[in-house]
Amino acid sequence: MRRNRSPFGALSHLALIVWALLIILPLLWTFLAAFKNNTEIFGDALQLPGEIRWDNWVRAWEKAQVGRYMVNTVIVVFFGTLGTMLFGSMAAYVLARYKFIGSKLIYLLFVSGMAFPVFLAITPLFFVVKQVGLHDSLFGLIVVYIAYSMPFTVFFLAAFFRTLPEAIAEAAKIDGASHTRTFFQVMLPMAKPGLVSITIFNVLGQWNQYLLPLALITDRDKYVITQGIADISTIAGYEADWPALFAAMNLAILPVLIVYIIFQRQIQSGLGAGAVK
Amino acid sequence: MERLRKYGFVIGFLIVPVTLYVVFVISPYIQAFQLSLTSWNGYQAVPNFVGLENFTRLFKDEVFWNALRTHGIVLLVMPLVVLALALVFSFLLNLGGGSRGAGMRGVTGSTFYKVVFFAPQVLAVAIVGVLWKAIYRPDEAGVINGVVMKLGGEPIGWMSDPDLALWSLIAVMCWQAVGFYVVLFSAGMSAIPKDYFEAAALDGAGRFTLFFRITLPLLRDTLQVGWVYLGIAAFDCFALVNVLTLDAGGPDGVTTVLPVEIFKTAFTYSKVGYASAMGVALFFLTITFAVLTLRVTRREKIEL
Repeated sequence: MRRNRSPFGALSHLALIVWALLIILPLLWTFLAAFKNNTEIFGDALQLPGEIRWDNWVRAWEKAQVGRYMVNTVIVVFFGTLGTMLFGSMAAYVLARYKFIGSKLIYLLFVSGMAFPVFLAITPLFFVVKQVGLHDSLFGLIVVYIAYSMPFTVFFLAAFFRTLPEAIAEAAKIDGASHTRTFFQVMLPMAKPGLVSITIFNVLGQWNQYLLPLALITDRDKYVITQGIADISTIAGYEADWPALFAAMNLAILPVLIVYIIFQRQIQSGLGAGAVK
Repeated sequence: MERLRKYGFVIGFLIVPVTLYVVFVISPYIQAFQLSLTSWNGYQAVPNFVGLENFTRLFKDEVFWNALRTHGIVLLVMPLVVLALALVFSFLLNLGGGSRGAGMRGVTGSTFYKVVFFAPQVLAVAIVGVLWKAIYRPDEAGVINGVVMKLGGEPIGWMSDPDLALWSLIAVMCWQAVGFYVVLFSAGMSAIPKDYFEAAALDGAGRFTLFFRITLPLLRDTLQVGWVYLGIAAFDCFALVNVLTLDAGGPDGVTTVLPVEIFKTAFTYSKVGYASAMGVALFFLTITFAVLTLRVTRREKIEL
């Protein structure tokens, strides 16, 4: 049959290359802008930086506090995902494999959370968080992230635990293992593929989070990265330090891109898990 | 004894997740419905019950209709563009290489394209907003206008022209979303048995026939999922509108969306009751969309 030299093949390559460039060029331009000075940034957009100015990056990290935002974000996402996975898998396991009064109801309660837009809850949530004294605290943000990651995590993992064979849990029981031990040492390891997908899903989701920190964190020292960079960009007028803003954006983008390129297969299927239902 | 141990275990495992969930998720949702019937400003000790007044006011509020208009346009345009582009790209990537030897294959370099296309998906939306704000800048310092001016054109106010701002916004949403659906559809396409394509190709079917008569019908379920997802995303847009558009929703409110108005109303104007009413309206809009889509597009499955 036809080879790729047909006009169709050429056209399809062209379409793919154009879209690839539409993605690569803006990112590349942002990367180059992080080495420019203010005059170059406000001049012709297509010029290259006159020299490599690493001090933009240093200023972004220190003066613009991107370093602090990064550390805050890493703390919140790490403990947020850890907590989500621990409590999510515990709840999912019990709801998927134990019969007791109210189990259906609790499961439905968790899953129904997926149908409600978070914007409906955001205002009352602010007052709830304030009332329990967790306003303006990273710990508070972690707890809220865990709570809002429950619906999908429980839904996905419950479906996963249901597919695991009954016989192995039975065998562990006959061997005298407690329920808790069976869960942590037998069932959890078997659920590893599901756990990996959903962990990636939660890490990216929580890293991406912008609304919750915007509502719950007002202390600038406790900002997370999305909030911090959006904030720098809105207060940055013409007199502001634009080179540092571009460096800051790269500090937020590059680590994610590098991790993505290394784990692209897992990440694609992890995010895809959200759509396969 | 064993029963007791079982119940102890069940309660022990559920107590923390259920408590967190009820306190921080369920209770705010219930409160939102209650508050939508009050004029609470966040400070009064007891919220003042006003019945449906917030809702009657909402239906006369220009801002509300502006936001609905934005959601409506995004809902019509964005999923269509994203799904069409993603379908074409994933078809080219997976089957566009024609049949060579055993079965169909994608064009060369398809793995590279998939990695690149998906990349914007892993970036935080707020950061994508800041990035595009720089690209869209209205003078020669913006990338697009830099090119336009090199070619001798006048700089274009991508985000400041009221006729253009919404389309510039939708373009960024598409830019970020397409890659995800390329990967999703690619997975769907690789699940279609190869001999379907081989049989059709033997019968003399060209690429267009393969696409419209085989790929598309068999991807129906995946497409439907994509449609619902993008539709729900059309009722969000919070981070992008908040960061990228002029004064969060401008110029003249042409890009505003309900989530942004809810946030402003609650946290800037301290009108908690009114903001909650907007939230309730948003909830019913989203639910209506999801139910309608699933109703309308339901059809018997094609058995593979």
